[in-house]
Amino acid sequence: MDMLLQALASLLTFESFITVLVGVSAGLLIGSLPGLTATMALAVLLPFTFSMEALQGLIALGAVYMGAIYGGAFTAILINTPGTPSSIATTFDGYPMARQGRAYEALAAATIASVVGGLVGVAFLLVLAPPLARLAVAFGPAEMFWVAMLGLTLVASLSSDSLLKGLLGGCIGMLLSTIGVSPVGGETRFTFGFPPLQGGVELIVALIGLFVIPELLTMAAEGRGALSKEGGFGKSHVSILQVAKRIFTKPVNLIRSCLIGQLIAIIPGAGGNVTSLVAYNEARRFSKDPDSFGKGNVDGVVASESSNNVMVAGSMVPLLTLGIPGAPPDAIILGVLLLHGLRPGLDLFTETGVLTNGFILSMGLAALMLLPVGLIGGRLIHRVVIKTPYYFLMPCIAMVTILGTFALRNSLLDVGIMLILGSAGYFLRLIGIHAAPIVLGLILGGIAEQGYVQTMLAAVIDPIPWLRLVSNPLSKVLAGLVVIGAATALLPAWLERRGLLDKVSSKAGGDA
Amino acid sequence: MTFTYTKLAGALSAIAILGVAGTVQADYPEESITYVIPFNPGGESDVTARFQEPILEEILGVSVNVTHRPGGGGAVAWSEFQNGAEPDGYEIIGVNIPHIIGQPIQRSDAGFETDNWDIITFFHSTPNALIVPADSPFETLDDLVEYARENPEAVTLGGSGTYSANHLDMLRFEQEADIDLTYIPFTGTGPLPAALEGGHVAGIFNYTMLGVQMEDRARVLAVASEERVPALPDAPTFKEQGYDIVGGAYRGVAAPKGTPDEVISVLEDAFAEANRQITEKQEPLGFVMEYITGDEIDEVIASLREAYTPILEAAD
Repeated sequence: MDMLLQALASLLTFESFITVLVGVSAGLLIGSLPGLTATMALAVLLPFTFSMEALQGLIALGAVYMGAIYGGAFTAILINTPGTPSSIATTFDGYPMARQGRAYEALAAATIASVVGGLVGVAFLLVLAPPLARLAVAFGPAEMFWVAMLGLTLVASLSSDSLLKGLLGGCIGMLLSTIGVSPVGGETRFTFGFPPLQGGVELIVALIGLFVIPELLTMAAEGRGALSKEGGFGKSHVSILQVAKRIFTKPVNLIRSCLIGQLIAIIPGAGGNVTSLVAYNEARRFSKDPDSFGKGNVDGVVASESSNNVMVAGSMVPLLTLGIPGAPPDAIILGVLLLHGLRPGLDLFTETGVLTNGFILSMGLAALMLLPVGLIGGRLIHRVVIKTPYYFLMPCIAMVTILGTFALRNSLLDVGIMLILGSAGYFLRLIGIHAAPIVLGLILGGIAEQGYVQTMLAAVIDPIPWLRLVSNPLSKVLAGLVVIGAATALLPAWLERRGLLDKVSSKAGGDA
Repeated sequence: MTFTYTKLAGALSAIAILGVAGTVQADYPEESITYVIPFNPGGESDVTARFQEPILEEILGVSVNVTHRPGGGGAVAWSEFQNGAEPDGYEIIGVNIPHIIGQPIQRSDAGFETDNWDIITFFHSTPNALIVPADSPFETLDDLVEYARENPEAVTLGGSGTYSANHLDMLRFEQEADIDLTYIPFTGTGPLPAALEGGHVAGIFNYTMLGVQMEDRARVLAVASEERVPALPDAPTFKEQGYDIVGGAYRGVAAPKGTPDEVISVLEDAFAEANRQITEKQEPLGFVMEYITGDEIDEVIASLREAYTPILEAAD
């Protein structure tokens, strides 16, 4: 406790406040540009922290991280383009809301959810780091395989109109994930003798291509901006307090999303890309009105944004206690810790506890700072999106997109891949195959493959190697969840085909 | 495609050498230098480059821009560099052993060759280390060997990548000790501590750095270096225990083939000085500082190639 107060004192300086403010703003800006990810924001900042003291450097990195993850929500809501992979799920309801003229409500909900999520993550990290760390290491190859499978059951709920088309999208994504050097075995696949393809299809490249380019092409084809001018900001209908009231009077969604965020954040390798999708899916599953999701339900935005901001501090649990980066940006923070001679482990919470707690608390401060910075920044960006005619807006977004894609790995090939996937994505969208299941397949294909092959390798001496996939209690539980998830997704479709569901729903309709 | 690329690049570099040789070196360097890191930011290569950057800038008097070009375990950047970089000393790239030895043997389309550049220096190495959890039944290397002899393939060892430094030296260890182990490749060093701590593997065959990082939670049974590593004074070497295994990852930097000798020597000196200045920061992390230059580079590559080639070719 003493240590916590000391840490708090070291944080309450003018310098720290400025560092956090600047960090959050910079992160927000970078996060809102497609192609510039949280990982990249931290990498750019890294050299600057060398000259800072350990605490200041960590505070800056934490603030940028928090800002960048939140910033992804802006473009997700306003132009249907996730700024970072962790805000994919924010597009599902955020953009429909914005198109209905409820942009302000969506942004306010995203902001409040992010602040709460950020604070919850910090609280978990302060109080429960050691026990959560023990849970984190329980996820071995077999468990990762089942986590990926669980993620793939999301495909069903992401494909609202046709399960078949959703599955088709997922398969396209998984196939894309096999291009390049295989994660286990190291052979090159589908490079067609073209060495640059060894690098494979980078997730962000596919994400930008599949989300942004079809949106831009649609804008061009329909001759409209991302948002209609008549729709307005929606400020007149609803205030931030009303949005807050709406969220906090029905806190179940928020609490569930935060818990899901924390749980997935500690699984090394899953990270924020998956957290928001899972939280979104569960929000929809438990909702009384699941059909309204995808059409502008504010709960969808809350679920996605709260869970991904829990991840920021949440993924520090395995990082600080065990030196295991829970999400890609954490690898950079690990580098900084090591540079300053700080070895991850429980010592970090005792011997250098003031520093560690100072860092953790600063992330809480960064989360609070999202509120003013986000609301002001959101208004500015929204105005730009509304006021700029589409024939200016579209090429501008296209250019930022191309620059961002190139900057990711300094690769022109990536730009080419992005444009090809984007053009293909446009036509796939026209026939009803959406970007989300494809990206999900791409994210999870690699995780599933690696988990499966590693498990099989370890089971080389077993008589029936496949049993190794369900040999641990945790993998049994996860496998059970996959079965339940698949059943709840497939059963309604099956019932409907058999004509059973019609009776049920017509009966319900009759009662009402 | 590859063929024409190589030919074109060859022709281009020939022209470049002829045209440039007489004019450039006297005042080298005059403009900023691009230092390509073929891996993601945050990794060992990147962190080292960030350390070197300000020192190099001070010595050379021009700015040094560290850029990243990750993909294919380094191969994407290396093939691009060998096919396109100008041999004028303003473009240099990080190179790693055994990656640059292993990939061209193992892949038909790696897109680069082990020798098709002028390696300036290898500035440090991270020896391989065999690490088990603190509560492992294997107290010594002998315990592990004995158990593995009675239970072939039952001991699982995690490591970073396939046919990587970790994997290749584990295969050498199997041969030397005449045992069968099971190697489980992970993507990079990142997930290995969790795999060890969660009991998903019996041990890990990774670098000394991880041994230092996990000092209080793990035991280092053997280190693949000539002498004991300063950061791990209590960890015995493989050699001490009767296995002739010395190997690990070497990190260095290369210029395009045909870069003038004077330019190479300027860079060589700058990197050596940078190394001296960052020793204090890197040694405690488990790095072994190296000053491998000139003919020694060929010797190191030749000896490791000799050790690894039969293993790699047997694997195909």
